[in-house]
Amino acid sequence: MSAQTETKLTVTPDKYIPHRYAGASGDFNPIHIDPEFARNVGLPGNILHGLWSMAQVARAAEEAGGGDPRALKRLSVQFRGMGAPEKEIVVTTTVSEADGSRTKLDIVAEQDGNQIIRNAQAVLESS
Amino acid sequence: MSDNNAGKTYPAFEYEVGREKIREYANAVGETSPVFHDSEAAKTAGFGNVVAPPMFCVVYSAGAMGPAILDPELGINLMMMVHGSQEFEWDEPVVAGDTVTTTAKLKDIYDKNGMKFYVFESESKNQDGKLTVKGTWTNIVRGG
Repeated sequence: MSAQTETKLTVTPDKYIPHRYAGASGDFNPIHIDPEFARNVGLPGNILHGLWSMAQVARAAEEAGGGDPRALKRLSVQFRGMGAPEKEIVVTTTVSEADGSRTKLDIVAEQDGNQIIRNAQAVLESS
Repeated sequence: MSDNNAGKTYPAFEYEVGREKIREYANAVGETSPVFHDSEAAKTAGFGNVVAPPMFCVVYSAGAMGPAILDPELGINLMMMVHGSQEFEWDEPVVAGDTVTTTAKLKDIYDKNGMKFYVFESESKNQDGKLTVKGTWTNIVRGG
């Protein structure tokens, strides 16, 4: 893949991102905000909300579309593994198809060498 | 549980979009563009008011999706449930001051690899009846 068609967005969610996202979204599931509860149910610690991670994939797609949120027409993702706070996430966006005003993107989000979102596909349309 | 719940629909949920909620959400997910924060910047870009980032749809859809996923007739075991995949198709942008109404439907239930898949669909429209987003939410229950 050539350098022109692949872009990367990196983000390191701080310790309290899951708490802020819980407030913003209304999803207060304790596996996201209570490390002790999370460990008691067999997780390594509190984990990121999947939809927060999907929002990072959406952000990468919006950037690929020049920053106009209207350009993003469709986004599908598969959630895999678990994201953790305080570790860098790399979102890699690849143009898979460009046809006039319509662009298709393949996107993956990785953390610690694990794909936390895979097989993501986005459609951008410029007006 | 039998699978004859496929096609079941859930009550519409109405959500009034506030500017500060959009900003709070945008800050939590790192959406820094001024169109998500500043009315003037949004108007210059052609929006009626501060615009919601596309993924804000999860905020205004939640009130319709919650009762669907928690439906006792489906009996989904939340402790064994994972969010498997998600798709959104966006249409009309949502701006502060909009009222968005979302309806949810159980589209399909099926078994695969010893797991049960619950596929929900949501449809959200603004106060003018214009479609803002369609969502497909796939939840997987292990040992379902």
